[in-house]
Amino acid sequence: MDIKYYIALSLTLFTIGVIGVLTRRNAIIIFMCVELMLNAVNLLLVAFSNMHSLSVAAKASPTFASDAQIFVFFIMIVAAAEVSVGLSIIVMLYRNTHNIDVNFLNRLKN
Amino acid sequence: MATILFIILSIVAIGSALMMITSKSPVNSILWLIVVFFAISGHYILLNAQFLAVVNIIVYAGAIMVLFLFVVMLMNLNAETEPAKNQRQQIIAIITGGCFLLVLLAAFKTATSQQVMVGAGNAGLIKTLGKVLFTNYILPFEISSVLFLSAIVGSVIISKKE
Repeated sequence: MDIKYYIALSLTLFTIGVIGVLTRRNAIIIFMCVELMLNAVNLLLVAFSNMHSLSVAAKASPTFASDAQIFVFFIMIVAAAEVSVGLSIIVMLYRNTHNIDVNFLNRLKN
Repeated sequence: MATILFIILSIVAIGSALMMITSKSPVNSILWLIVVFFAISGHYILLNAQFLAVVNIIVYAGAIMVLFLFVVMLMNLNAETEPAKNQRQQIIAIITGGCFLLVLLAAFKTATSQQVMVGAGNAGLIKTLGKVLFTNYILPFEISSVLFLSAIVGSVIISKKE
């Protein structure tokens, strides 16, 4: 498998996330599109780590190939924390305004 | 074999992602996003990242998406609550995204071709990753527990009624 196909897949998923953020107005769906973009980047990181597991540097250090996967693991940890805070912000906005339309929520007043 | 699996998983991932951003109901969007996460987990298994595949299913499809579902169902959102953006804005957004994809693909088209190894190596096994995580990366691991604590406290404070 060539790395190019993984780059193309990852970029396509990322772009779908970008288009979702630009076209939708529901705050929850925009948040989900951000998650999709995070996942596309994670997939690319794992593909690159696999690609480099054959390289010279990987022979020198035994943990070389695992490092990127640990990195992806930490990205997942941060994403989980981010989701809990973001969703509570959306719940708070909904409780105050009864609306999660981002065009309605465009002013940071009150 | 790996190529066929890659093509199937890619089609599932991209198709479900498109369904996610086009479906009207938020609950349907969430279910399609879960399908995307399962397809990405399949890709992780193809790339010898078995532990990440399991964590992706447990954390993303299991925990985060259930959180989204809970929030959507608590808010009682239905399809009518979201008025569509005007057509012109949507077309501009799609053109923008398409240009973005085109530029990036063109930039990476000339990249040097390197092979991805499928189905060999033990870099992604729980044993290997656990050893690395608890020796080289023990400090970030502990700090992430503090991060989670602050996230819990933050979300409780934000969503508390005044």
